[in-house]
Amino acid sequence: MSKKNNDLSAVKVKEKFNWPLTILLILGLITVLFPLYMTIVIAFKQPSEMTNSISGILSLPQHWSLSNFREAMEVTDFWRSLLNSVLITGITMGLALVIHSLMGYAVARNMQNSKFYRTSYYYIVSGMFVPFAILMMPLVKQTAELHIANVVGVILCYTVFYMPMNVLLYSGYLKNIPVALEEAAHVDGASTWTTYWKVIFPLMKPMHATVAVLTALGTWNDVMTPLVIMSGSGMNTLPLAQLTFQTQFGTNYNLAFASYLLALLPMLIFYLFAQKQIINGVVNGAVK
Amino acid sequence: MKKKEAQAELLKPKKTVTERERTFAMIAIPILILFFLFNTLPLIKGFIYSFTNFKGYGSYEWVGLRNYIDLFTDARVGKSYLFTVKLAFFTTILVNVLSLLMALGLNAKIKFKSALRGMYFLPNILGALVVGYIFNYFFTYIVPAIFHSTSILASGSKAWIAVMIVCAWQAIAMNTIIYISGLQTVPEDVYEAGMLDGATGWSKFRHLTFPLIIPFFTINMVLCMKNFLMVFDQIMALTKGGPAQSTESISFLIYNNGMSGGQFGFQSANAVIFFIVIVTISVFQMRFLNSKEEQL
Repeated sequence: MSKKNNDLSAVKVKEKFNWPLTILLILGLITVLFPLYMTIVIAFKQPSEMTNSISGILSLPQHWSLSNFREAMEVTDFWRSLLNSVLITGITMGLALVIHSLMGYAVARNMQNSKFYRTSYYYIVSGMFVPFAILMMPLVKQTAELHIANVVGVILCYTVFYMPMNVLLYSGYLKNIPVALEEAAHVDGASTWTTYWKVIFPLMKPMHATVAVLTALGTWNDVMTPLVIMSGSGMNTLPLAQLTFQTQFGTNYNLAFASYLLALLPMLIFYLFAQKQIINGVVNGAVK
Repeated sequence: MKKKEAQAELLKPKKTVTERERTFAMIAIPILILFFLFNTLPLIKGFIYSFTNFKGYGSYEWVGLRNYIDLFTDARVGKSYLFTVKLAFFTTILVNVLSLLMALGLNAKIKFKSALRGMYFLPNILGALVVGYIFNYFFTYIVPAIFHSTSILASGSKAWIAVMIVCAWQAIAMNTIIYISGLQTVPEDVYEAGMLDGATGWSKFRHLTFPLIIPFFTINMVLCMKNFLMVFDQIMALTKGGPAQSTESISFLIYNNGMSGGQFGFQSANAVIFFIVIVTISVFQMRFLNSKEEQL
């Protein structure tokens, strides 16, 4: 009897929420949200409102004026930088989905019986250990010599840098897709190339999502590659513009923070709509 | 005639294979060339430059191993290795402890679970450079105003703590999510069995939960260590290596002195050593943690 009681109470406890923990976690959100709050209020204020006390810095602005943003857009050539970032991220992502998945396919289907593909696989995947610092200086020379010290060079570099991880992900995923599917298509007279695009490529949708998220997050936020490769071209990506125009912001922190907020905004909006896909992508990429 | 027929026979089944083989070769070879051109070739070039006194422009001479010998006596290089390893080590520990706690909390029976998880992941998607600039202001103006102290970023002995906090702020988001996915792989009946044996609190975590999520612990340790050893954006935004070169990470030093300091050759040697360090640490870490995994 008493045991039954215990069981019942155990079930009851299970369905209850742990409220103290919930409240603790909500309070903990301050660590995440405070820097963002600070960014927003400073971005909307005028320099005259920024007294030296904390309350002067952190209070809500008297007027929600967009003038800082207008000025920041002009100073940092916002639309141009945004366009570059979108182009670089978009094209790199597209190339990753096509090139890396093809390579993953070639490797996964031939690794067992071909030494060439097995070696190619380890050759590419071991590229994961190469830090950018060692490639940086020779790549600057190389892209300049090839006259691609611009958006094109950055895209090519990214396509190569993300290849090790993405080929690893794709070939791992393809091991679970039976070859019998391709053989059936082959019997129907389809070529390997057609079979790939008609049958295999669509089947890899979950992995495409992971690769797209990982590649896009990495390229969108990266500073070092465009910094060294495009520095001579006068072009900026959105994060790089924050570095380039740092001196022009001077001590006008309101202008600087308006610019930072503008730089963060596209990703924040994107996250708002694709939160689940982004988190899943990042987890899949890391765990697999 | 007979021979020809036999040949045709032989060729026939082979031809269907070659179509497939040819397609694969046509896919793999151009991609391998591209990879070679933008990964292996610069790696080789960097290795070659490391034996020269190249400034980044003009002519240069072979200097043999002199760059490597100089590296080990160069105080600035030594300092940057010490700083980078110290930062990576302490940040990795801090991040993993806090992430595990966060993951346990976010995996418990709490209200607003998915909303909270989404919010806590937010720092990870933001660009490290801009985050660095925001924290730069925070450390320069807000923190000193609260504690009536000087800025931590101006202190040669404490600036690294600011770098650690900013690195951790973003990395915790990522590692927490990985730990949560680890905790979700632990079947509920393991806990039920453990509860019958009286396992609660710390002993439950120590003997039941943690052994089961060790693979995720491995991933996080390796990811953290590698990322923090290569730290660059945060340094660029927070300290630019200062004060008094106390927060120069290896990547930052290679970039700064190699690209504009006229030390192309010397910093190439530094980069080669850095490459070897990264590979060694990653391999060692994976071996060590894998052997632990097998024991359990």
